[in-house]
Amino acid sequence: METDRYVIKQISIFSENRPGRLAAIAKALTEENINILAFSIAEADGFGVVRALVDKPKLAYEKLTGLGFNVAFTDVIAVKMRESPGGLYEIAKMLANVQINIEYSYAYTGKEGGVLILRVDDADQAVRLITSLGATLLESRVFQ
Amino acid sequence: MMFWDPRVEEMPKEELQKLQYKLLKTLVYRLYSFSPFYHERMKESGVHPDDIQTLADIRKLPFMYKRDLRDNYPDKIFVAGQEDLVRYHVSSGTTGKPTVVGYTRNDLDNWTTSLARGLVSCGLGRGDVLQVSYGYGLFTGGLGLHYGAERVGATVLPTSVGNTERQIELMQDLHTTAIACTPSYLLHMGEVAEKMGVSIRDDTDLRRGILGAEPWSDAMKARIEDWLGIKAYDIYGTSELYGPMFCECAEQNGFHVWGDLAYIEILDPVTGESLGPGEKGELVVTMLQKEALPMIRYRIGDITSYEDGVCACGRTHPRVMRISGRVDDMLIIRGINVFPSQIEYALMTIPQVGQHFQIVVDRKGALDDMLVRVEVARESFSDKITDLMAIRKNVEHKLRNTLNVAVNVELVEPGSLPRFEGKAKRVIDRRQL
Repeated sequence: METDRYVIKQISIFSENRPGRLAAIAKALTEENINILAFSIAEADGFGVVRALVDKPKLAYEKLTGLGFNVAFTDVIAVKMRESPGGLYEIAKMLANVQINIEYSYAYTGKEGGVLILRVDDADQAVRLITSLGATLLESRVFQ
Repeated sequence: MMFWDPRVEEMPKEELQKLQYKLLKTLVYRLYSFSPFYHERMKESGVHPDDIQTLADIRKLPFMYKRDLRDNYPDKIFVAGQEDLVRYHVSSGTTGKPTVVGYTRNDLDNWTTSLARGLVSCGLGRGDVLQVSYGYGLFTGGLGLHYGAERVGATVLPTSVGNTERQIELMQDLHTTAIACTPSYLLHMGEVAEKMGVSIRDDTDLRRGILGAEPWSDAMKARIEDWLGIKAYDIYGTSELYGPMFCECAEQNGFHVWGDLAYIEILDPVTGESLGPGEKGELVVTMLQKEALPMIRYRIGDITSYEDGVCACGRTHPRVMRISGRVDDMLIIRGINVFPSQIEYALMTIPQVGQHFQIVVDRKGALDDMLVRVEVARESFSDKITDLMAIRKNVEHKLRNTLNVAVNVELVEPGSLPRFEGKAKRVIDRRQL
Protein backbone atom coordinates (compact mmCIF):
# COMPACT_ATOMS: atom_id res chain seq x y z
CA MET A 1 0.00 0.00 0.00
CA GLU A 2 1.18 3.47 -0.85
CA THR A 3 1.31 5.36 2.44
CA ASP A 4 3.21 8.46 1.30
CA ARG A 5 0.16 10.40 0.25
CA TYR A 6 -1.19 10.30 3.80
CA VAL A 7 2.01 11.58 5.42
CA ILE A 8 1.77 15.33 6.00
CA LYS A 9 4.75 17.65 6.50
CA GLN A 10 4.14 19.63 9.66
CA ILE A 11 6.52 22.49 10.44
CA SER A 12 7.88 22.70 13.99
CA ILE A 13 9.47 25.91 15.21
CA PHE A 14 11.61 26.31 18.31
CA SER A 15 10.50 29.38 20.23
CA GLU A 16 11.59 31.07 23.40
CA ASN A 17 8.81 31.55 25.88
CA ARG A 18 8.46 35.32 25.76
CA PRO A 19 5.97 37.84 24.39
CA GLY A 20 6.10 38.48 20.67
CA ARG A 21 7.57 35.21 19.42
CA LEU A 22 4.28 33.83 18.05
CA ALA A 23 3.53 37.21 16.49
CA ALA A 24 6.92 37.14 14.76
CA ILE A 25 6.22 33.68 13.34
CA ALA A 26 2.69 34.58 12.23
CA LYS A 27 3.89 37.83 10.64
CA ALA A 28 6.50 35.96 8.60
CA LEU A 29 3.88 33.53 7.31
CA THR A 30 1.52 36.40 6.51
CA GLU A 31 4.21 38.10 4.45
CA GLU A 32 4.50 35.00 2.28
CA ASN A 33 0.73 34.59 2.04
CA ILE A 34 0.93 31.22 3.76
CA ASN A 35 -2.27 29.86 5.23
CA ILE A 36 -2.21 28.10 8.59
CA LEU A 37 -4.67 25.19 8.65
CA ALA A 38 -4.06 23.94 12.15
CA PHE A 39 -1.57 24.65 14.86
CA SER A 40 -0.64 24.11 18.48
CA ILE A 41 1.98 25.20 20.95
CA ALA A 42 3.75 22.76 23.23
CA GLU A 43 5.43 24.41 26.13
CA ALA A 44 8.25 23.40 28.41
CA ASP A 45 10.09 25.42 31.02
CA GLY A 46 11.34 28.56 29.27
CA PHE A 47 10.78 27.47 25.69
CA GLY A 48 8.16 25.97 23.44
CA VAL A 49 7.64 24.32 20.10
CA VAL A 50 5.11 25.82 17.71
CA ARG A 51 3.67 23.17 15.40
CA ALA A 52 1.64 24.07 12.37
CA LEU A 53 0.09 22.60 9.27
CA VAL A 54 0.41 25.13 6.49
CA ASP A 55 -0.48 25.13 2.82
CA LYS A 56 3.11 25.85 1.68
CA PRO A 57 5.43 24.06 4.14
CA LYS A 58 8.61 24.40 2.05
CA LEU A 59 8.16 28.13 1.62
CA ALA A 60 7.35 28.50 5.34
CA TYR A 61 10.51 26.58 6.23
CA GLU A 62 12.67 28.76 4.00
CA LYS A 63 11.13 32.02 5.17
CA LEU A 64 11.41 31.20 8.88
CA THR A 65 14.91 29.74 8.59
CA GLY A 66 15.99 32.88 6.74
CA LEU A 67 14.78 34.93 9.68
CA GLY A 68 16.94 32.86 12.01
CA PHE A 69 14.29 30.55 13.41
CA ASN A 70 15.11 26.96 14.23
CA VAL A 71 12.65 25.00 12.06
CA ALA A 72 12.17 21.28 11.41
CA PHE A 73 9.79 19.19 9.34
CA THR A 74 7.87 16.49 11.17
CA ASP A 75 5.71 13.77 9.62
CA VAL A 76 2.15 13.63 10.95
CA ILE A 77 -1.08 12.02 9.83
CA ALA A 78 -4.67 13.30 9.94
CA VAL A 79 -7.61 11.05 10.86
CA LYS A 80 -11.17 12.01 10.14
CA MET A 81 -13.48 11.96 13.16
CA ARG A 82 -17.25 11.70 13.36
CA GLU A 83 -18.43 15.11 14.46
CA SER A 84 -20.73 14.12 17.28
CA PRO A 85 -20.29 12.90 20.86
CA GLY A 86 -18.07 9.79 20.88
CA GLY A 87 -16.18 10.74 17.73
CA LEU A 88 -12.80 11.02 19.47
CA TYR A 89 -13.50 7.92 21.55
CA GLU A 90 -14.00 5.80 18.42
CA ILE A 91 -10.65 6.80 17.03
CA ALA A 92 -8.78 6.66 20.33
CA LYS A 93 -10.18 3.19 21.11
CA MET A 94 -9.15 1.98 17.68
CA LEU A 95 -5.61 3.27 18.14
CA ALA A 96 -5.44 1.64 21.56
CA ASN A 97 -6.62 -1.68 20.16
CA VAL A 98 -3.85 -1.78 17.58
CA GLN A 99 -1.27 -0.51 20.09
CA ILE A 100 -0.42 2.72 18.31
CA ASN A 101 1.22 5.10 20.73
CA ILE A 102 0.47 8.80 20.25
CA GLU A 103 3.44 11.08 20.81
CA TYR A 104 1.25 14.13 20.61
CA SER A 105 -1.93 15.19 18.96
CA TYR A 106 -4.19 18.15 18.29
CA ALA A 107 -7.52 18.55 16.58
CA TYR A 108 -9.64 20.96 14.59
CA THR A 109 -13.06 21.07 13.01
CA GLY A 110 -13.11 22.25 9.43
CA LYS A 111 -14.99 21.71 6.23
CA GLU A 112 -13.90 18.05 6.28
CA GLY A 113 -15.53 17.69 9.70
CA GLY A 114 -13.52 16.80 12.80
CA VAL A 115 -9.85 16.07 12.15
CA LEU A 116 -7.35 14.58 14.57
CA ILE A 117 -3.70 15.32 13.79
CA LEU A 118 -1.39 12.62 15.12
CA ARG A 119 2.32 12.33 15.60
CA VAL A 120 3.26 8.65 15.96
CA ASP A 121 6.51 6.67 16.02
CA ASP A 122 6.03 4.95 12.70
CA ALA A 123 3.76 6.90 10.35
CA ASP A 124 3.81 4.26 7.58
CA GLN A 125 2.73 1.50 9.86
CA ALA A 126 0.04 3.68 11.46
CA VAL A 127 -1.37 4.55 8.02
CA ARG A 128 -1.58 0.84 7.14
CA LEU A 129 -3.28 -0.13 10.39
CA ILE A 130 -5.71 2.78 10.47
CA THR A 131 -6.89 2.34 6.88
CA SER A 132 -7.21 -1.44 7.33
CA LEU A 133 -9.59 -0.79 10.20
CA GLY A 134 -11.80 1.29 7.94
CA ALA A 135 -11.06 4.74 9.32
CA THR A 136 -10.48 7.63 6.92
CA LEU A 137 -7.19 9.42 6.66
CA LEU A 138 -6.92 12.78 4.94
CA GLU A 139 -4.40 12.92 2.12
CA SER A 140 -1.61 15.46 2.42
CA ARG A 141 -2.82 17.23 -0.75
CA VAL A 142 -5.96 18.28 1.18
CA PHE A 143 -3.61 20.57 3.12
CA GLN A 144 -0.72 21.16 0.80
CA MET B 1 62.96 32.21 8.13
CA MET B 2 62.50 30.53 11.49
CA PHE B 3 63.80 33.21 13.83
CA TRP B 4 63.60 36.97 13.69
CA ASP B 5 66.35 37.47 16.24
CA PRO B 6 68.06 34.06 16.80
CA ARG B 7 70.80 35.40 19.05
CA VAL B 8 68.24 36.55 21.61
CA GLU B 9 65.55 33.94 21.02
CA GLU B 10 67.94 30.99 21.50
CA MET B 11 70.01 32.60 24.24
CA PRO B 12 71.01 30.00 26.87
CA LYS B 13 68.87 30.28 29.98
CA GLU B 14 71.65 31.27 32.38
CA GLU B 15 72.78 33.99 30.03
CA LEU B 16 69.17 35.22 29.69
CA GLN B 17 68.76 35.34 33.46
CA LYS B 18 71.99 37.29 33.84
CA LEU B 19 70.71 39.76 31.27
CA GLN B 20 67.39 40.03 33.11
CA TYR B 21 69.12 40.70 36.40
CA LYS B 22 71.25 43.41 34.81
CA LEU B 23 68.21 45.03 33.23
CA LEU B 24 66.19 44.82 36.45
CA LYS B 25 68.96 46.37 38.51
CA THR B 26 69.31 49.24 36.03
CA LEU B 27 65.54 49.73 35.95
CA VAL B 28 65.19 49.86 39.71
CA TYR B 29 68.02 52.38 40.13
CA ARG B 30 66.62 54.48 37.32
CA LEU B 31 63.11 54.55 38.80
CA TYR B 32 64.30 55.11 42.36
CA SER B 33 66.20 58.13 41.10
CA PHE B 34 63.81 59.56 38.51
CA SER B 35 60.26 58.43 39.30
CA PRO B 36 58.62 60.10 42.31
CA PHE B 37 55.90 57.43 42.16
CA TYR B 38 58.25 54.41 42.30
CA HIS B 39 60.58 56.16 44.73
CA GLU B 40 57.67 56.66 47.13
CA ARG B 41 56.43 53.09 46.64
CA MET B 42 59.84 51.58 47.31
CA LYS B 43 60.29 53.70 50.43
CA GLU B 44 56.85 52.65 51.72
CA SER B 45 57.82 48.99 51.24
CA GLY B 46 61.19 49.55 52.89
CA VAL B 47 63.15 48.41 49.87
CA HIS B 48 66.19 50.12 48.36
CA PRO B 49 67.72 49.33 44.95
CA ASP B 50 70.77 47.96 46.79
CA ASP B 51 68.55 45.21 48.21
CA ILE B 52 68.15 43.72 44.74
CA GLN B 53 71.02 41.24 44.71
CA THR B 54 69.52 38.43 42.63
CA LEU B 55 66.73 38.10 40.11
CA ALA B 56 64.54 36.46 42.80
CA ASP B 57 64.86 39.64 44.88
CA ILE B 58 62.28 41.12 42.53
CA ARG B 59 59.77 39.74 45.07
CA LYS B 60 60.86 42.44 47.49
CA LEU B 61 59.48 45.11 45.18
CA PRO B 62 55.94 46.44 45.62
CA PHE B 63 53.13 45.53 43.19
CA MET B 64 51.53 47.88 40.75
CA TYR B 65 47.83 47.77 39.86
CA LYS B 66 45.52 49.15 37.20
CA ARG B 67 44.10 51.50 39.81
CA ASP B 68 47.54 53.15 40.12
CA LEU B 69 47.19 54.21 36.49
CA ARG B 70 43.64 55.45 37.03
CA ASP B 71 44.57 57.32 40.21
CA ASN B 72 47.36 59.04 38.34
CA TYR B 73 45.30 59.88 35.26
CA PRO B 74 46.30 60.86 32.70
CA ASP B 75 50.12 60.85 32.81
CA LYS B 76 51.30 61.58 36.35
CA ILE B 77 53.46 58.45 36.58
CA PHE B 78 55.05 58.81 33.14
CA VAL B 79 58.81 58.96 33.44
CA ALA B 80 59.37 60.53 30.04
CA GLY B 81 58.29 64.07 29.27
CA GLN B 82 55.70 64.71 26.59
CA GLU B 83 58.39 65.90 24.16
CA ASP B 84 59.97 62.42 24.27
CA LEU B 85 56.68 60.64 23.58
CA VAL B 86 55.86 59.63 20.03
CA ARG B 87 52.41 58.09 20.71
CA TYR B 88 49.57 57.71 23.18
CA HIS B 89 47.06 54.88 23.46
CA VAL B 90 44.02 54.94 25.72
CA SER B 91 42.38 51.83 27.13
CA SER B 92 38.64 51.45 26.68
CA GLY B 93 38.05 51.50 30.42
CA THR B 94 35.73 48.48 30.43
CA THR B 95 36.32 48.13 34.15
CA GLY B 96 36.32 51.82 35.08
CA LYS B 97 37.91 55.11 34.12
CA PRO B 98 40.13 54.94 31.01
CA THR B 99 43.90 54.69 31.37
CA VAL B 100 46.44 56.45 29.21
CA VAL B 101 49.72 54.89 28.13
CA GLY B 102 52.60 56.65 26.36
CA TYR B 103 55.49 55.47 24.20
CA THR B 104 58.96 56.77 23.46
CA ARG B 105 60.55 55.87 20.14
CA ASN B 106 62.46 53.04 21.86
CA ASP B 107 59.21 51.77 23.38
CA LEU B 108 57.58 51.53 19.97
CA ASP B 109 60.65 49.84 18.59
CA ASN B 110 60.72 47.22 21.35
CA TRP B 111 57.00 46.60 20.93
CA THR B 112 57.37 46.07 17.21
CA THR B 113 60.43 43.84 17.70
CA SER B 114 58.55 41.73 20.22
CA LEU B 115 55.73 41.18 17.73
CA ALA B 116 58.12 40.60 14.84
CA ARG B 117 59.74 37.74 16.78
CA GLY B 118 56.32 36.31 17.64
CA LEU B 119 54.86 36.57 14.16
CA VAL B 120 57.91 34.92 12.59
CA SER B 121 57.78 32.19 15.25
CA CYS B 122 54.32 31.14 14.04
CA GLY B 123 55.39 31.20 10.41
CA LEU B 124 54.30 34.62 9.23
CA GLY B 125 56.48 36.67 6.93
CA ARG B 126 57.06 37.97 3.41
CA GLY B 127 54.38 36.67 1.06
CA ASP B 128 51.68 36.66 3.72
CA VAL B 129 48.67 38.96 3.69
CA LEU B 130 47.68 39.77 7.27
CA GLN B 131 44.19 41.14 7.75
CA VAL B 132 44.26 43.20 10.93
CA SER B 133 40.72 43.07 12.25
CA TYR B 134 41.57 44.51 15.64
CA GLY B 135 40.35 48.04 16.26
CA TYR B 136 42.63 50.80 15.03
CA GLY B 137 42.91 53.99 17.03
CA LEU B 138 43.11 54.38 20.77
CA PHE B 139 43.10 50.60 21.24
CA THR B 140 46.58 49.07 20.91
CA GLY B 141 45.52 45.98 18.93
CA GLY B 142 45.23 47.41 15.43
CA LEU B 143 48.31 49.61 15.26
CA GLY B 144 50.42 47.13 17.24
CA LEU B 145 49.82 44.23 14.86
CA HIS B 146 50.03 46.60 11.91
CA TYR B 147 53.62 47.66 12.55
CA GLY B 148 54.68 44.20 13.74
CA ALA B 149 53.48 42.60 10.52
CA GLU B 150 55.01 45.33 8.33
CA ARG B 151 58.32 44.82 10.11
CA VAL B 152 58.47 41.13 9.08
CA GLY B 153 57.54 41.96 5.49
CA ALA B 154 53.94 40.74 5.45
CA THR B 155 51.35 42.74 3.51
CA VAL B 156 48.94 44.38 5.92
CA LEU B 157 45.24 44.70 5.14
CA PRO B 158 44.08 47.16 7.81
CA THR B 159 40.35 46.37 7.93
CA SER B 160 39.91 47.17 11.63
CA VAL B 161 36.70 45.85 13.24
CA GLY B 162 33.17 45.83 11.86
CA ASN B 163 31.57 45.72 8.41
CA THR B 164 32.03 41.99 8.45
CA GLU B 165 30.63 41.26 5.00
CA ARG B 166 33.11 43.64 3.40
CA GLN B 167 35.90 42.04 5.44
CA ILE B 168 34.97 38.66 3.96
CA GLU B 169 34.89 40.04 0.41
CA LEU B 170 38.33 41.61 0.87
CA MET B 171 39.62 38.41 2.44
CA GLN B 172 38.71 36.61 -0.79
CA ASP B 173 39.74 39.31 -3.25
CA LEU B 174 43.14 40.11 -1.71
CA HIS B 175 43.91 36.51 -0.69
CA THR B 176 44.33 37.08 3.02
CA THR B 177 46.51 34.29 4.46
CA ALA B 178 46.32 35.30 8.14
CA ILE B 179 43.95 37.29 10.30
CA ALA B 180 44.48 39.03 13.62
CA CYS B 181 41.31 39.51 15.68
CA THR B 182 39.48 38.25 18.76
CA PRO B 183 38.49 34.56 18.65
CA SER B 184 34.82 35.46 19.09
CA TYR B 185 34.97 37.88 16.17
CA LEU B 186 36.48 35.17 13.98
CA LEU B 187 33.62 32.83 14.89
CA HIS B 188 31.19 35.62 14.07
CA MET B 189 32.97 36.11 10.75
CA GLY B 190 32.63 32.40 10.03
CA GLU B 191 28.88 32.61 10.62
CA VAL B 192 28.46 35.72 8.47
CA ALA B 193 30.53 34.10 5.71
CA GLU B 194 28.29 31.04 5.73
CA LYS B 195 25.23 33.24 5.38
CA MET B 196 26.90 34.84 2.36
CA GLY B 197 27.49 31.37 0.94
CA VAL B 198 31.25 31.59 1.54
CA SER B 199 33.18 28.83 3.26
CA ILE B 200 36.28 30.25 4.95
CA ARG B 201 37.80 26.79 4.77
CA ASP B 202 37.19 26.20 1.04
CA ASP B 203 36.71 29.62 -0.54
CA THR B 204 39.53 31.67 1.02
CA ASP B 205 43.32 31.39 1.42
CA LEU B 206 43.15 31.92 5.17
CA ARG B 207 45.59 29.61 6.98
CA ARG B 208 46.37 31.33 10.27
CA GLY B 209 44.54 33.23 12.96
CA ILE B 210 46.49 35.36 15.44
CA LEU B 211 43.83 35.50 18.12
CA GLY B 212 43.63 37.22 21.47
CA ALA B 213 42.38 40.21 23.51
CA GLU B 214 39.88 38.01 25.34
CA PRO B 215 40.07 34.71 27.22
CA TRP B 216 39.48 31.57 25.14
CA SER B 217 39.86 27.86 25.64
CA ASP B 218 41.55 24.87 23.98
CA ALA B 219 38.11 23.67 22.95
CA MET B 220 37.32 26.99 21.27
CA LYS B 221 40.67 26.77 19.49
CA ALA B 222 39.84 23.26 18.29
CA ARG B 223 36.45 24.43 17.07
CA ILE B 224 37.99 27.34 15.14
CA GLU B 225 40.67 25.13 13.61
CA ASP B 226 38.30 22.33 12.61
CA TRP B 227 35.54 24.54 11.31
CA LEU B 228 37.58 27.17 9.48
CA GLY B 229 40.49 24.96 8.45
CA ILE B 230 43.17 27.26 9.89
CA LYS B 231 45.80 27.20 12.64
CA ALA B 232 44.90 29.38 15.60
CA TYR B 233 47.72 31.05 17.53
CA ASP B 234 47.26 32.82 20.82
CA ILE B 235 48.52 36.39 21.12
CA TYR B 236 48.81 38.25 24.39
CA GLY B 237 49.39 41.70 25.75
CA THR B 238 47.69 44.68 27.30
CA SER B 239 48.15 48.38 26.75
CA GLU B 240 50.08 48.67 30.03
CA LEU B 241 52.76 46.32 28.64
CA TYR B 242 52.83 48.03 25.19
CA GLY B 243 49.85 46.25 23.62
CA PRO B 244 49.61 42.77 22.08
CA MET B 245 53.23 41.63 22.17
CA PHE B 246 53.64 37.88 22.74
CA CYS B 247 52.48 35.29 20.22
CA GLU B 248 52.51 31.49 20.14
CA CYS B 249 55.16 29.80 18.02
CA ALA B 250 54.43 27.02 15.52
CA GLU B 251 54.28 24.56 18.45
CA GLN B 252 51.06 26.27 19.64
CA ASN B 253 51.87 25.48 23.22
CA GLY B 254 51.88 28.81 25.03
CA PHE B 255 53.23 32.20 23.98
CA HIS B 256 56.91 33.01 24.45
CA VAL B 257 57.52 35.92 26.78
CA TRP B 258 60.74 37.54 25.61
CA GLY B 259 62.90 37.58 28.70
CA ASP B 260 64.95 40.58 27.58
CA LEU B 261 61.74 42.64 27.52
CA ALA B 262 59.66 41.22 30.34
CA TYR B 263 60.05 39.19 33.52
CA ILE B 264 57.04 37.12 34.57
CA GLU B 265 55.85 35.68 37.85
CA ILE B 266 52.76 33.58 38.57
CA LEU B 267 51.28 34.24 42.01
CA ASP B 268 48.46 32.90 44.08
CA PRO B 269 45.88 35.69 43.58
CA VAL B 270 44.81 35.60 47.22
CA THR B 271 48.02 34.98 49.19
CA GLY B 272 50.48 36.52 46.72
CA GLU B 273 52.67 33.44 47.10
CA SER B 274 54.92 32.63 44.14
CA LEU B 275 53.84 29.58 42.09
CA GLY B 276 55.96 27.25 39.97
CA PRO B 277 55.65 25.98 36.40
CA GLY B 278 52.31 24.36 35.59
CA GLU B 279 50.51 25.95 38.54
CA LYS B 280 47.58 28.20 37.80
CA GLY B 281 47.65 31.68 39.25
CA GLU B 282 47.76 35.38 38.53
CA LEU B 283 50.22 36.64 35.93
CA VAL B 284 52.47 39.44 37.17
CA VAL B 285 54.73 41.22 34.68
CA THR B 286 57.76 43.47 35.06
CA MET B 287 58.69 45.33 31.89
CA LEU B 288 62.47 45.45 31.80
CA GLN B 289 63.08 48.05 29.11
CA LYS B 290 60.03 50.27 29.13
CA GLU B 291 60.87 53.97 29.12
CA ALA B 292 57.78 56.21 29.11
CA LEU B 293 55.59 54.27 31.49
CA PRO B 294 57.59 51.69 33.46
CA MET B 295 55.81 48.69 34.95
CA ILE B 296 57.21 46.81 37.91
CA ARG B 297 55.35 43.73 39.13
CA TYR B 298 52.19 44.79 37.36
CA ARG B 299 49.17 42.70 38.36
CA ILE B 300 47.22 42.50 35.12
CA GLY B 301 44.61 40.28 36.73
CA ASP B 302 44.84 37.43 34.19
CA ILE B 303 44.82 33.82 35.37
CA THR B 304 47.21 31.38 33.67
CA SER B 305 50.25 29.16 34.21
CA TYR B 306 53.74 29.03 32.68
CA GLU B 307 56.33 26.51 31.48
CA ASP B 308 60.02 27.14 31.80
CA GLY B 309 61.63 24.35 29.74
CA VAL B 310 63.24 25.01 26.36
CA CYS B 311 60.49 24.90 23.73
CA ALA B 312 60.52 22.31 20.94
CA CYS B 313 60.99 25.25 18.56
CA GLY B 314 64.38 25.95 20.16
CA ARG B 315 63.42 29.18 21.92
CA THR B 316 64.63 29.39 25.49
CA HIS B 317 62.20 32.04 26.74
CA PRO B 318 59.43 30.96 29.12
CA ARG B 319 56.01 30.14 27.69
CA VAL B 320 52.75 31.32 29.21
CA MET B 321 49.62 29.27 28.56
CA ARG B 322 46.41 30.68 27.14
CA ILE B 323 44.67 32.95 29.67
CA SER B 324 41.93 30.96 31.38
CA GLY B 325 40.17 33.79 33.18
CA ARG B 326 40.38 37.13 34.91
CA VAL B 327 40.80 37.59 38.61
CA ASP B 328 38.00 40.17 38.40
CA ASP B 329 35.78 38.07 36.03
CA MET B 330 35.75 35.39 38.63
CA LEU B 331 32.24 34.87 39.89
CA ILE B 332 31.67 33.56 43.35
CA ILE B 333 28.54 31.40 43.24
CA ARG B 334 27.50 30.04 46.62
CA GLY B 335 31.10 30.34 47.77
CA ILE B 336 32.56 28.53 44.75
CA ASN B 337 34.90 30.28 42.31
CA VAL B 338 33.52 30.13 38.79
CA PHE B 339 35.28 31.39 35.67
CA PRO B 340 33.25 32.03 32.52
CA SER B 341 36.00 30.23 30.60
CA GLN B 342 35.11 26.98 32.40
CA ILE B 343 31.57 27.31 31.09
CA GLU B 344 32.84 27.97 27.61
CA TYR B 345 35.02 24.88 27.82
CA ALA B 346 32.14 22.68 28.93
CA LEU B 347 29.80 23.97 26.23
CA MET B 348 32.35 23.30 23.51
CA THR B 349 32.07 19.60 24.23
CA ILE B 350 28.30 19.58 23.60
CA PRO B 351 27.55 19.76 19.86
CA GLN B 352 23.81 20.28 20.40
CA VAL B 353 24.38 23.83 21.60
CA GLY B 354 26.18 26.67 19.82
CA GLN B 355 29.40 28.32 20.97
CA HIS B 356 27.71 31.47 22.25
CA PHE B 357 26.45 31.79 25.79
CA GLN B 358 25.35 34.25 28.39
CA ILE B 359 25.54 33.94 32.15
CA VAL B 360 22.91 35.61 34.32
CA VAL B 361 23.60 35.63 38.04
CA ASP B 362 20.88 36.59 40.45
CA ARG B 363 19.99 36.06 44.05
CA LYS B 364 16.91 34.02 44.91
CA GLY B 365 16.28 34.54 48.60
CA ALA B 366 19.62 34.00 50.28
CA LEU B 367 21.05 31.83 47.54
CA ASP B 368 22.96 32.74 44.40
CA ASP B 369 21.26 31.53 41.28
CA MET B 370 23.18 31.05 38.06
CA LEU B 371 21.45 30.76 34.73
CA VAL B 372 23.35 29.92 31.57
CA ARG B 373 21.60 30.70 28.32
CA VAL B 374 22.68 28.65 25.30
CA GLU B 375 21.48 28.46 21.72
CA VAL B 376 20.05 25.22 20.34
CA ALA B 377 22.12 24.26 17.28
CA ARG B 378 20.05 24.09 14.10
CA GLU B 379 21.08 20.54 13.28
CA SER B 380 19.96 19.22 16.64
CA PHE B 381 16.52 20.81 16.83
CA SER B 382 13.85 18.20 17.06
CA ASP B 383 10.13 18.65 17.18
CA LYS B 384 10.09 16.57 20.36
CA ILE B 385 9.96 18.44 23.66
CA THR B 386 11.57 15.45 25.35
CA ASP B 387 14.63 15.70 23.09
CA LEU B 388 15.00 19.39 23.92
CA MET B 389 14.60 18.69 27.62
CA ALA B 390 17.28 16.03 27.31
CA ILE B 391 19.67 18.54 25.70
CA ARG B 392 19.03 20.96 28.52
CA LYS B 393 19.54 18.32 31.14
CA ASN B 394 22.78 17.22 29.54
CA VAL B 395 24.10 20.80 29.53
CA GLU B 396 23.08 21.27 33.16
CA HIS B 397 24.77 18.03 34.07
CA LYS B 398 28.03 18.88 32.27
CA LEU B 399 28.14 22.37 33.79
CA ARG B 400 27.50 21.03 37.24
CA ASN B 401 30.33 18.55 36.87
CA THR B 402 32.72 21.19 35.58
CA LEU B 403 31.87 23.95 38.04
CA ASN B 404 30.87 21.96 41.11
CA VAL B 405 27.85 24.17 41.50
CA ALA B 406 24.27 23.67 40.29
CA VAL B 407 23.34 25.68 37.22
CA ASN B 408 20.05 26.34 35.46
CA VAL B 409 20.14 26.23 31.70
CA GLU B 410 17.82 28.05 29.35
CA LEU B 411 17.61 27.07 25.70
CA VAL B 412 17.27 30.05 23.39
CA GLU B 413 16.82 30.51 19.66
CA PRO B 414 19.93 30.36 17.46
CA GLY B 415 21.37 33.79 16.75
CA SER B 416 19.52 35.41 19.64
CA LEU B 417 22.43 35.86 22.05
CA PRO B 418 24.59 38.96 21.59
CA ARG B 419 27.66 38.64 19.34
CA PHE B 420 30.76 40.63 20.20
CA GLU B 421 33.10 42.34 17.80
CA GLY B 422 35.50 43.45 20.55
CA LYS B 423 35.79 42.03 24.03
CA ALA B 424 33.00 39.61 24.84
CA LYS B 425 30.78 40.58 27.76
CA ARG B 426 28.98 37.42 28.69
CA VAL B 427 28.11 37.90 32.35
CA ILE B 428 25.10 39.75 33.68
CA ASP B 429 25.31 39.96 37.44
CA ARG B 430 22.02 41.15 38.94
CA ARG B 431 22.91 40.41 42.53
CA GLN B 432 22.34 43.32 44.86
CA LEU B 433 24.89 42.69 47.56
